Amino acid sequence: MNREYYGKLIFEHSHPNRRGYKLPKCEYNDVDIEIPASLLRSSAPLLPEADELTVVRHYTNMSANNFGVDTGFYPLGSCTMKYNPKINEEIAADNSVAPLHPFQPTDTVQGALEAYHTLQSYLSEIGGMAEFTLNPYAGAHGELTGLMIIKAYHRRNGDTGRINVIVPDSAHGTNPASAAVAGFNIIEVKSRPDGTVDVEDLKPLLNDTIAAVMMTNPNTLGIFEKNIPEIARLAHEAGALMYYDGANLNPMLGVARPGDMGFDVMHINLHKTFSTPHGGGGPGAGPVGVRAGMEHLLPNPRVVKNADGAYSLICADDSMGRISGTLGNFTVILRALAYILSLGRSGLAIAGKLATLNANYIKECLRDLYLLPIDTVCKHEFVFDGLADKSTGVTTLNVAKRLLDYGFHAPTIYFPLLFHESLMIEPTETESKETIDRFIEVMRGIAIEAKENPDIVKQAPHNTPVRHPDDTKAALNPIVTYQELIENA
Amino acid sequence: MTHRYFPHTPEDIEAMLATCGVKSLDDLYSDVPEQLLLGREYNLPEEMSEKEVRDFFKALASGNKALTCFAGAGYYDHYTPAVVPAILSRSEFLTAYTPYQPEISQGTLQYIFEYQSMMASLTGLDVSNASMYDGATATAEAMMMMVAAARKRNRVLVSSTLLPQVMDVVKTYASYHGITLDIIPEFDGVTSIDDLKSMLAADVAGVILPTPNKYGILEDFSGVADAIHANKSLLAMNCVASALGVIKTPGEWGADIAAGDAQSLGMPLNFGGPYLGFLCCKKALIRKLPGRIVGATVDEAGQRSFVLTLQAREQHIRREKATSNICSNQGLMSLFVSVYLSLLGPAGLKEVNDVSCKGARYLAAKLVSTGKVKLTFGDRPFLNEFAVTTEFDTATLMERCLECGILPGVALDDHTMLIAVTEMRTRAEIDRLIEIVTTL
Repeated sequence: MNREYYGKLIFEHSHPNRRGYKLPKCEYNDVDIEIPASLLRSSAPLLPEADELTVVRHYTNMSANNFGVDTGFYPLGSCTMKYNPKINEEIAADNSVAPLHPFQPTDTVQGALEAYHTLQSYLSEIGGMAEFTLNPYAGAHGELTGLMIIKAYHRRNGDTGRINVIVPDSAHGTNPASAAVAGFNIIEVKSRPDGTVDVEDLKPLLNDTIAAVMMTNPNTLGIFEKNIPEIARLAHEAGALMYYDGANLNPMLGVARPGDMGFDVMHINLHKTFSTPHGGGGPGAGPVGVRAGMEHLLPNPRVVKNADGAYSLICADDSMGRISGTLGNFTVILRALAYILSLGRSGLAIAGKLATLNANYIKECLRDLYLLPIDTVCKHEFVFDGLADKSTGVTTLNVAKRLLDYGFHAPTIYFPLLFHESLMIEPTETESKETIDRFIEVMRGIAIEAKENPDIVKQAPHNTPVRHPDDTKAALNPIVTYQELIENA
Repeated sequence: MTHRYFPHTPEDIEAMLATCGVKSLDDLYSDVPEQLLLGREYNLPEEMSEKEVRDFFKALASGNKALTCFAGAGYYDHYTPAVVPAILSRSEFLTAYTPYQPEISQGTLQYIFEYQSMMASLTGLDVSNASMYDGATATAEAMMMMVAAARKRNRVLVSSTLLPQVMDVVKTYASYHGITLDIIPEFDGVTSIDDLKSMLAADVAGVILPTPNKYGILEDFSGVADAIHANKSLLAMNCVASALGVIKTPGEWGADIAAGDAQSLGMPLNFGGPYLGFLCCKKALIRKLPGRIVGATVDEAGQRSFVLTLQAREQHIRREKATSNICSNQGLMSLFVSVYLSLLGPAGLKEVNDVSCKGARYLAAKLVSTGKVKLTFGDRPFLNEFAVTTEFDTATLMERCLECGILPGVALDDHTMLIAVTEMRTRAEIDRLIEIVTTL
């Protein structure tokens, strides 16, 4: 870390009359602007004034205080932090795509539409669905779109009494939130001691008020819901649809398809399974697929291939509506397509299995020192309920922070909510045995430290650019802009 | 079976399987019912080399036509400084996840804080979140935010002069979320303020108005915020981010919330994204603001640091009580905004707008002087985009322009064309467009 630069905001590098740009020269100096002053802002916005090198150095030094997949192992459960191949970045940065306007006539963007349609059809094959839309901008946006499709489906059938969505208690937080935003009530179904949905608990909940059962498979414990055929049958018998949260699709690549499991609607997080970079929290993409007979409900506009081989956009009245200003985060779509082509069918056939192997290997190598609440084969991820030895007072948070000292990102912590000390580990298939062995060694070392020198774990991290930033202070008196920072100085 | 992205050798796999107490990779899937197993490879292409991937996309690119862009309608062809993609491609930023571990995510947290500061100042409001997906979804979230803030009011008024794609998304969200949406009629290209006032019923949670509007017009909303607030309703404004460098801000109009697309801040058009939706509000509404928010604090050693804050608002905590489900947003694109605005500063952003505006006025005047078009809304004030009514078919204009590699705008109907000019358009390009119109 460069102390000279740490923590300074770009505003604090600002000097009046510095500039970091040169625009094309104005060729209309004879033209007046003629906008009444009453329609113009009264003072200039508070923005930095800086030369180009100052800006570059500022952000480059900031990047040094950040940890990404390219920096090190990132075993963040449910986030599928796999390697983001560089060729995908090259494809996304292609200068021929940059100038394409989203409302350009379709005959001038046939290449872009072909890329879009190709990924659409590849995802349909992978998901076992009839058709995908790539319009949704993120996983949660895909969930919302999918649930709106389900609502539209029931509405079209005159089945307006279906106001509830069933969600397992182990579900990702976005599931109930998306259902709520789509205007549904949420009914929670309990997990059994083995971590899977309790079919007996589910049965009495299924009736003509249920619009959908929303599930992740494997679930957030990394356990395959083996009763899924029966759950789907029961849901369908009750007139409900099955929604697949594709956040955990990665281990199923090449093995089993949501469509074949009985799901009617699903989304995929391209930034998880298909390796597009997470970008510090986006841009992602959350394509949504539907089974045959539901294609017309997909959001407007849809990209379709005509009989003559040309691509066009269609907007249908019986669609669920428009969900996005454009056809999605297009360069994210290009990256995912490049990834699928790079892996090909043979690569995809093995990707999920290697992710599962890595996860099970870590689990088996640590289960004597960390509490494994559910002892079964896992898929891409698994959950420990903290350290096995509860006498040390060392928490999951402490373990997570100590990992940072050893150059690893922390796993997902305190999720799922089924356990008090959840520590959710997802290694992905792109990590080597050596990296994983080193992680295991460190995790074992931390467990030993917790016994022998618990304070060193409790006070972690020790080697990071900042230590224990005060969350409480931040929340009590939120300072969320530079302006507020000056006022509070 | 070795692949360049998978480091596992057959020996690695064998050793790891042994540790797991199984014989084959398939044994790790013994819990998957046999009838669900795919039992075949996907019907997809064979693995491609890097060169083949490049060639594949090169072939696709030949199906696209790069055009001299006069299209806008919410998305504009502004200049992207070289520094921006260079910084965005730094993989410490690019390959990071949401900054859940602040100790090793200060880079992400700090640029979001800078972004929030810049957007708050641009919109003239107090606070901003860490970003939304795009302008359309951000505006829909503003609508849901107003309804959540109002509690028992469930009606939202929206001006018919909102961009059509934004209007459509707002309608979709309203329809499923159970919000009653009433459209305020337009008159001569602007929101009918008399209608707006008469529609302010007791159950109106809020009103959504645009600046600039879908015709590029800067509407005069004098007194409107007072009328809305007198009804105890909120005002949200949909705006074009770049324009906020010069036009009267939502804060100055008295709005409570500002939402819109930040694509205009130099983001490549990229056939629809990624862009960035912004959502800003008055401080009093911060606990209703969806998405992530970064706050300043200090660490153990007293040094300034940044954390995600007010997380109790967020979907993963509120679950079924959530009024927004946003999780991932457009993280990296908020870095785009921070870097772009750091380079341009207040003077650069003003210059972008001034040059664009002058170019638009030059084009508008020349087009009118051909005698074949007139400004659809006469002398209504506009910044860099305007509508013209044509005596010829807009389809004919489109066709002739495309032959010359020009995208003349976005056709609103058979005789109305929406035309935008940015600092990217040269006088020669504009003159070429005028020349084509002259021949029609």
